[in-house]
Amino acid sequence: MITQQVRNLGARAGRWAILGGLTIFLAFPFLWMLITAFKRTSDLYNLKHNPFVFYEPPTLEHVHRLFSDTLYGEWLLNTAFVGVLVVFITLVLAIPAGYALARLTGTWGEKLGIGIFLTYLVPPTLLFIPLSRVVVDLHLDDSLWSLVLVYPSFTVPFSAWLMMGFFKAIPKDMEEAAMIDGYSRLGAFFRVVVPISLSGILTVAIFSFTLVMQEFVYAVTFISSSRNLTVGVGVPTFLVHGDVYFWGSLMAGCFIASVPVAILYNFCVDRFIAGFTAGAIK
Amino acid sequence: MDSSTQIASAAANRAHNQRRAVSLLDSERWLGPLLIGPAILYIVLLVGVPFFMALYYSISDTTTGGGTQGFVGLRNFTGVVGTPKFQTALKNTFTFALISQAVILLLSNTLALALQKDFRGKRLIRFLILLPWVAPISIGTIAWLWIFDSTYSVLNWTLRMAGLIQGPGYMWLGVPHLAMGSIIAVHVWRQLPLATVILLGGLSSIPKDIHDAAAVDGAGFWRHYFQVTLPLILPISLVAILFGLIFTFTDMVIIYNLTRGGPYDTTQVLASLAFYTGIAGGDLAEGAAIALFLFPLLLAVAFGFLRVARRTEVI
Repeated sequence: MITQQVRNLGARAGRWAILGGLTIFLAFPFLWMLITAFKRTSDLYNLKHNPFVFYEPPTLEHVHRLFSDTLYGEWLLNTAFVGVLVVFITLVLAIPAGYALARLTGTWGEKLGIGIFLTYLVPPTLLFIPLSRVVVDLHLDDSLWSLVLVYPSFTVPFSAWLMMGFFKAIPKDMEEAAMIDGYSRLGAFFRVVVPISLSGILTVAIFSFTLVMQEFVYAVTFISSSRNLTVGVGVPTFLVHGDVYFWGSLMAGCFIASVPVAILYNFCVDRFIAGFTAGAIK
Repeated sequence: MDSSTQIASAAANRAHNQRRAVSLLDSERWLGPLLIGPAILYIVLLVGVPFFMALYYSISDTTTGGGTQGFVGLRNFTGVVGTPKFQTALKNTFTFALISQAVILLLSNTLALALQKDFRGKRLIRFLILLPWVAPISIGTIAWLWIFDSTYSVLNWTLRMAGLIQGPGYMWLGVPHLAMGSIIAVHVWRQLPLATVILLGGLSSIPKDIHDAAAVDGAGFWRHYFQVTLPLILPISLVAILFGLIFTFTDMVIIYNLTRGGPYDTTQVLASLAFYTGIAGGDLAEGAAIALFLFPLLLAVAFGFLRVARRTEVI
């Protein structure tokens, strides 16, 4: 009895040690962004100070400088612009494709699904070289439209895969009942399947948006003027000037661009996991 | 009477037209391709065509200036494969991918097991754990650049306070082996959340009776884990490793932002070398040849895993 209790206590302590250690490892950079962003410059660069402690009162000077002296605000707007358009294109292409894969295309659809999955093997690091040429030929170089054109090439395959998983989880009877009531299959899809899949569609939208925020290689290749950058490229390339680092503003910029999206993402992560595993396991 | 027949015939007409349109859209032979067609077309135009362009570039002498596109056979490959720069990058690619995947596999299994049971504060912990994966990676690496800073490194400060080092501390990104270690640590940091989430999905899909049966049979923790849990989550782990390996072989953002391949090319991998040669150096042909070198590797990894996954009935 007592050994059992001791053992349970040991298991719990072990679990919390693992959770604590790994959580600190994973979340620390974000805490560090937050601390750095609000420290006064004189406090930040004093080697005698404990870096975790505020010796002087917190300040908003870095955040202020970020929005008044740099193009950060425009980068955020650029990212939102590209993100919204790419999400729209992705949904228009991936929702019907996911439905076709789940219901209509039988065995060759299964092969096609694996084919779409395999486009992952052709990564941006292989495609950015020919695509940079295509973008120049279309006169889209240094334009946000080049990103709008190219980004669906990686959001669509993954989204179609996810949507397929969501649609497979819907009982077939629902559409069949609607079709008996006189709807065509397409009508049943729009009036019955799409409405009950709204949360799945929202998951795909948010997921595609985060993929757009993540993308780096295409943006750094296609865009040359600082005004047209997305936030993910602007912060590491233009806020870092040679060897001069404005760490306060940099960290403020990092925090603003990462944590709000993460909070949004957190609301749909369960559905994302369900879709991911449903797509992978029949 | 006249108008009512008109209405009736119009209605019949409309019904007829509708039925024709409906039957075309209803015949599953046409509806399927119609729904999936636009997506396939987009992928073919923006992934398929550029892929073959890359194949063509790699056997031509194209440059960013739009220079001649003469056929040069395998000269780009033979020319580049022998260079020390390429061989270092190839070796680094494997070191980087294999070590980071091994660490990720170990840590994600541990973390997923620790997260399996419900406890107070689990949602908050899960949010914190997911942060590195959700945040834009280029931005996350900038935080690490600050953590690894040569003068103000918080890591060095902590080690000094703990009495583990004296003096100014390590140059985390400036010394060959240490730089590779730092890059791997950041990569593990970035990929651990996704791997953990995938494994958690696998763990939660195991029926509870199986665990109960093992407990009744008196299996201890390790026996339970290795003989019950691990075999059941093996398929989904393979999916996690497949994603991880492909991602690791092709990613260059961490290296681009933290070390630019240095010091002395000790952290240069094929993906970053292709970028520096093809875009920064302007030699599209040689860049494409380096990037293409990755492709057979990825293909082999993917087919290997798909085979195993099929046999164990994933996908």
